[in-house]
Amino acid sequence: MSEHSKLEEILKAGSLEEILGTAVPYPKEIELKGKISRETVEELSRIKNEPEWMLRHRLKALELFEKLPMPKWVVGIEELDLESFSLYSKPELEREVKDWDDLPENIRRTFERLNIPEIEKKFLSGLTAVFDSESVYSQLKEEFEKKGIIMLPMEEAVKRYPDLVKRYFGKVFPPGDHKFSALHHALWSGGAFVYIPKGVRVPFPIEAFFVIGSALEGQFEHTLLIADEGSYVHFIEGCSAPMYKGFSFHDGMVEIYAHKNATVKFTTIQNWSRNVINFNNKRAIIEENAYVEWIEGSIGSHITYTYPSSVLKGEGARTAQYVVSLSNGPYLKDTGAKTWHLAPNTSSKIVSKSISANGGINIYRGLVRIAKGAKNSTATVSCDSLILDEKSKAYTYPHNQNDEPSASIIHEATTGRLSEDKLFYLNSRGIKEEEAKSLIVLGFISEILEGLPFEYVEVLKKVIELEFSEVGGVG
Amino acid sequence: MVMLKVDNLRVKVEDKEILKGISLTVDKGELHVVMGPNGSGKSTLALTIAGHHRYQVIDGRILFEGEDITNLPPEERAKRGIFLSFQHPIEVEGVKVIQFLQRVLKNLKGLDEIQAYELIFNAVQELGLDESMLARFLNVGFSGGERKKLEMLQAYLVKPKLLILDEPDSGVDVDSLKMIASVINKLHEEGTSVLLITHYGRILEHLKPNRVHVIKEGKIVASDGVELVKMIEEKGFAAVEEL
Repeated sequence: MSEHSKLEEILKAGSLEEILGTAVPYPKEIELKGKISRETVEELSRIKNEPEWMLRHRLKALELFEKLPMPKWVVGIEELDLESFSLYSKPELEREVKDWDDLPENIRRTFERLNIPEIEKKFLSGLTAVFDSESVYSQLKEEFEKKGIIMLPMEEAVKRYPDLVKRYFGKVFPPGDHKFSALHHALWSGGAFVYIPKGVRVPFPIEAFFVIGSALEGQFEHTLLIADEGSYVHFIEGCSAPMYKGFSFHDGMVEIYAHKNATVKFTTIQNWSRNVINFNNKRAIIEENAYVEWIEGSIGSHITYTYPSSVLKGEGARTAQYVVSLSNGPYLKDTGAKTWHLAPNTSSKIVSKSISANGGINIYRGLVRIAKGAKNSTATVSCDSLILDEKSKAYTYPHNQNDEPSASIIHEATTGRLSEDKLFYLNSRGIKEEEAKSLIVLGFISEILEGLPFEYVEVLKKVIELEFSEVGGVG
Repeated sequence: MVMLKVDNLRVKVEDKEILKGISLTVDKGELHVVMGPNGSGKSTLALTIAGHHRYQVIDGRILFEGEDITNLPPEERAKRGIFLSFQHPIEVEGVKVIQFLQRVLKNLKGLDEIQAYELIFNAVQELGLDESMLARFLNVGFSGGERKKLEMLQAYLVKPKLLILDEPDSGVDVDSLKMIASVINKLHEEGTSVLLITHYGRILEHLKPNRVHVIKEGKIVASDGVELVKMIEEKGFAAVEEL
């Protein structure tokens, strides 16, 4: 591949459909469909050749899934007939994958079109690529392997590092939290396991990229990231899907454990096609003086539910949660952040920026809770909504609860509308309405863009420009 | 050669008629001044020529270089060479001045980012502006004077065929006023036609207008040479009606 061809191609493409195109049929080695039952889960576990303890974990989660009620705040998902989906779909791989060239052409091309191999080469410490239910590619650059960093498909980690995995898996985000976390734990497949040893700083980001290749699939990937004492890592997660008829369902999970003095940055750029119902379960436990930063960018999908959460467990633990949600068109983003302050001198910052356009709806749902005894802790929540036209809406449901007298929560919310005068000012400088909107939107989220690597900012800018171009963006 | 011809223009905002039949012609390279009391329709005239949607033309036409532009969108008018310096330039959070100017020069002049950057950088030096302004968000937290200067920088970069200025002298100190006047003069000397709207007239000490129009209640009540300014300064707008 030439030096700059792919990034340029992506930046120049007329629409996102041009980049990924319409889904084409491809061979699947195994597909599990039908009732979500004990048999299905046992079959899945058997296919994966898992140890007994993991099967037990799945079955316990399945029981919870059957018992737990549908969360009241969920709209849209209850209309899905989960049993019409493939619960597990393994694309056909001809041989062991050591290199991109070992992948079947259709899969390799999907990732190439998204510029993933090039970004990996130039810019990442390691990459995991998940296609449908399986991690099809996982490489960590050799120099980092030598430092004791582990990055493996989740299934492999279960087999190779059972003790390490057992200590954390399902401990940060347990199955019993709600119906969809239970479903996730019962059916999880694919995803990355990352372990950063004590004191190791990973200089370049590690990325996981998820693709759902066809309609009527469920994707339940599980990412577990453990940052041992004093380590540093930036993990980037990207999601994309081609266009197809019908819906697919994504119910992924991220568990992060940040030990004492560790720093973890976790960035998600979600750009599913309009056929994906996206449900995320993301949580971090943060020990003494450790720091976790979430950047959650939700651009695509039909409906998205995502609330990256931080549990400030150790004294002096800190977190920042940046949430950007764009609903452009008849789509829904139900996003937010949750933070629990459980120890003294902890601090948190939530910055949410939502953009609603062309009938789009954004809901901010947040929770900040400071427990009694979390002395001198501070939390700030700022929640800004930008509404670009009359048809579009934004709602905010913040919930703040402070049980510690010496702690404080500051909450700010603003709602901005694109005024006629602002638009005219830009128009009068030769900037057309669509271009003016993307300029205003990029300006609105500039604070968050500043925290991202250049390559991602460029792609995001392009994506947002496409969203507001005359031909329309995704879907 | 006629640059701008406003022909019996009637304009309403919401349901109120503001301009009640305005006609005026600005030739290439001329500098015209529009004066008038508050609420007489001066800003409406400027915003209508620039194409603001809120100002509905109910009768008459606007011709630019002989072509009817009455129904063109504002960005099209800008591309043809009309530039409006706003009375109240708008704040755009998150968009840096430098990015904005590069975008404007790309759209109006076809310059790439590097060409635009050089041009902007030189113009900032030439006009004696503070470079740090370029890194700030567009008009956000700018003083009145800073906003007006930034409007002038834009005009200077764009070099429009027709420069419309809506009260460039309101809310600015003496030094800013001089800078603003000098940019107007520079552009005027290079052949730009100017339509300057002012309430005070103090900027006119620095300029050489070809013609002065007085608007009252949506109509031009007087058009004459620069001596009209002096009369208004001495006797007020009331005197104009007695002419």
